[in-house]
Amino acid sequence: MKPEDFDLFSVLVKQRSGLVLTRDKAYLLESRLTPVARKWNLKTLDDLAQSVRAKRDETMLRDITEAMTTNESFFFRDQKPFDQFRQVLLPQLLKSRAAKRQIRIWSAAASSGQEAYSLAIILNEEAAKLQGWKVDIFGTDLSAEMVERAKSGIYSQFEVQRGLPVTFLVKYFQQVGTDRWQVKDNIRQMVQFREGNLLTDFGPIGTFDIVYCRNVLIYFDQPTKTRVLEAISKVLTPDGTLFLGGAETVLGVTEKFKPLENERGLYVLTGRTGATAPVPPAPFQAATV
Amino acid sequence: MKSCLIVDDSRVIRKVARQIFDTLGFSCEEAEDGKVAHAACLKKMPDVILLDWNMPVMNGIEFLRALRREPGGQTPVVVFCTTENDLNHIQEALTSGANEYIMKPFDADIVRSKLSQLGVIEA
Ligand SMILES: C[S@@+](CC[C@H](N)C(=O)[O-])C[C@H]1O[C@@H](n2cnc3c(N)ncnc32)[C@H](O)[C@@H]1O
Repeated sequence: MKPEDFDLFSVLVKQRSGLVLTRDKAYLLESRLTPVARKWNLKTLDDLAQSVRAKRDETMLRDITEAMTTNESFFFRDQKPFDQFRQVLLPQLLKSRAAKRQIRIWSAAASSGQEAYSLAIILNEEAAKLQGWKVDIFGTDLSAEMVERAKSGIYSQFEVQRGLPVTFLVKYFQQVGTDRWQVKDNIRQMVQFREGNLLTDFGPIGTFDIVYCRNVLIYFDQPTKTRVLEAISKVLTPDGTLFLGGAETVLGVTEKFKPLENERGLYVLTGRTGATAPVPPAPFQAATV
Repeated sequence: MKSCLIVDDSRVIRKVARQIFDTLGFSCEEAEDGKVAHAACLKKMPDVILLDWNMPVMNGIEFLRALRREPGGQTPVVVFCTTENDLNHIQEALTSGANEYIMKPFDADIVRSKLSQLGVIEA
């Protein structure tokens, strides 16, 4: 690939998704964009680059951007963030939201939906405690193709075996054809998916008690991470919680969040006070007689 | 060191599975059918059993039912690993005492993910 074509594609992808592509990723660009060129009846990436320069066709730009995203996800990915949700956050919310009886959760960068459905499954397991409650799970992703897959709730045999205990497979999925499985309607109805770009205005999405934003910031450069985290801080309730992926942190990226003590991977707003805030140092005591 | 009994009539599958369990730090034994597996368990109950369904002499589900009736036969964690991939088979396995179920083809990630959910290995 010509250096100027690499630059064209990488600038485009960076602007539209935040993904940083360094020169050593040229092979990745080539392997991911070749199918896009073919789809547009263009022979080479050279032709694709020319077409981008000449037309800037929105659909083509989208195709290029989406082709560069990494969409891997699993059910109950890393397990711990889901145990923390069930054992730590849910009991807290059951108390703190007892008057409103409403909980809102956002799976930002939801990919094909496994994270959102894992949460819906946990909520269904805890249904007895949530009688009369309204729980919204909202999933967004840049990729239209992923949003469609997430909505369909259909997964390959391979996908339903990574992270999903077989008892949940039996309880919450139905088999379609010989080797695909679909999330049952009662669980699908708990989740709403739609397209959404973390780099642009989120629009009227309201506020969330919990945001999962995992395994997407790793692809961004520092200023983009900061920008996304600060935008998320604005849609989190004052006592809300943010989950990041195992290789992601707020430290050195933004002052808006701080790690929650004793709960790895969980972050809360810096200004937050209340039960989980650190205990202030004991006031200086004059010597007592 | 945790122990694993790999029960499958295919030598190739046993070899693949053995490699995966070796990497995870298990000591492995192999059995080519349910009867051989049963005899091995009576000698010493393994921590984990990876179990094929269709095998000559004694198949996987017959072996599992026999195992669960033996003294100490409740302790091994039994993970089915079979090409049978329909809901009926899965349900039959679970009601017969299986702890987990893998549908072939499988890979190291699937095995690892199942074992860590079962708490047999660290995540
Ligand atoms: C590796 S997946 C992570 C999925 C899931 N959160 C998880 O941890 O399993 C990353 C996802 O981020 C999406 N993505 C990348 N850039 C994005 C952006 N700027 N806005 C929204 N989603 C984006 C990709 O389309 C991809 O589906």
